[in-house]
Amino acid sequence: MAAVKLLGAWVSPYNCRVICALKLKGIAYEYMEEDLLNKSPLLLQYNPVHKKIPVLVHGGRSICESAVILRYIDETWPENPLLPADPYERAVALFWIKFADDTTFPIAMMYLITGEEQKKAAKECSEMLETIEEHGLVEGKKFFGGDEINMVDIAFCSVAHWLGVIEEVTGLKAFEPHKFPKLNSWILNFKSVPVIKESLPDIETMLAFFKGRREMVLASKSS
Amino acid sequence: MGDRDSNVKLLGSCLSPFASRVRIALHLKSVSHEFIEENLLEPKSQLLLRSNPLYKKIPVLIHGANPICESLIILQYIDEVWPHAPAILPSDAVDRAESKFWAFYVDDKLVPALIAVLIGESDVAKKAAVAILEEGVVLLEGALRKLSKGKAFFGGDNIGFLDIVLGPISVLIGLSERFTGVELLTEAETPSLLRWTHDLSSYAAVKGLLPEPEKFAEFSVKLRPILRARFAHK
Repeated sequence: MAAVKLLGAWVSPYNCRVICALKLKGIAYEYMEEDLLNKSPLLLQYNPVHKKIPVLVHGGRSICESAVILRYIDETWPENPLLPADPYERAVALFWIKFADDTTFPIAMMYLITGEEQKKAAKECSEMLETIEEHGLVEGKKFFGGDEINMVDIAFCSVAHWLGVIEEVTGLKAFEPHKFPKLNSWILNFKSVPVIKESLPDIETMLAFFKGRREMVLASKSS
Repeated sequence: MGDRDSNVKLLGSCLSPFASRVRIALHLKSVSHEFIEENLLEPKSQLLLRSNPLYKKIPVLIHGANPICESLIILQYIDEVWPHAPAILPSDAVDRAESKFWAFYVDDKLVPALIAVLIGESDVAKKAAVAILEEGVVLLEGALRKLSKGKAFFGGDNIGFLDIVLGPISVLIGLSERFTGVELLTEAETPSLLRWTHDLSSYAAVKGLLPEPEKFAEFSVKLRPILRARFAHK
């Protein structure tokens, strides 16, 4: 099989999605950490439209957008399928992946905002969590994928791992275990999967990073 | 086999470019279905609220008892459930990924810009929207030249996923040219895309299934508060 490269940034949940999928499938890959403040010529060459990570490069051809990359990986390495085989179940899974794309992107960026904007974001975040709790998760099912994790679980990694960090760093509270019992169980289950544990960035490192960034934001707003 | 084809309903609107995508795909695959027109100016129907409780949007494909939402997802579903020719998605995995990339680009970047122009946002917002559209059509010109491999359509000799995704949206691009006076598809900048719009409009499976620009323009005034509410948070 041709060489697989991943251009990413450790702090990005979208990058993490791809790492989870690659590790779950046991795919060997070369990882290249991008400095997002100083993007490499390679990144600009492989993703000229958005200039964003993650980018998967397989046999010299690039695939951009994490949701597209996840599908590509699943199709190209079909062992341990990450989507249901049944077309309708698959359509439902894709619906939730789209929902994750549409509603969870603010999470990693919430350290950038304060005051009224932050309150609004926290409210939208709560609504998003309520929707997942009410419509996305089924009582008794360990994961979105049933007994095993699938692409939908991976797509929500920012809820499982980034949300807690951002809440600690900004002081905003959107998730409460007693308010979201199904989501709480899911987060614990998801983060106990060995491959996922290996793929998620270290919490302390994340806290240090986002605390630093948060301080910069607050300093610039008060000056 | 017959069971697969039974009881297919499409909840949509003749005005919606997203519903148009699904109608084209169903026609392409010769899937007989019932088209249920949702009046976008009236309160949402019970069927819509039951079938798409989260987003309450058309199109919804109802296959037997199962509702499938989101036009891009519906297109992929149709291709999987009715896998006979013609194929909607490309056979090559990287081409498939690229087609989806551009479909997301159309829906995430171009559509909001088109809506901003068509619902008459502020001059500042319209100017920003036009800039996005000008950049967008040039990028799509490049994508067309690359993905078509010298043929007429993104899908090659026949229309495929990206043709179906962009086709109905190109009607709105034409309309926005009228609304702003800014030409977006030109012989100088986007000759292939310009030719593509002509080739598409005469393609058999597409005829009569694209939104009618006059009707859309007429209704866009009435649709404005609805479109504003729907796209306000994006």
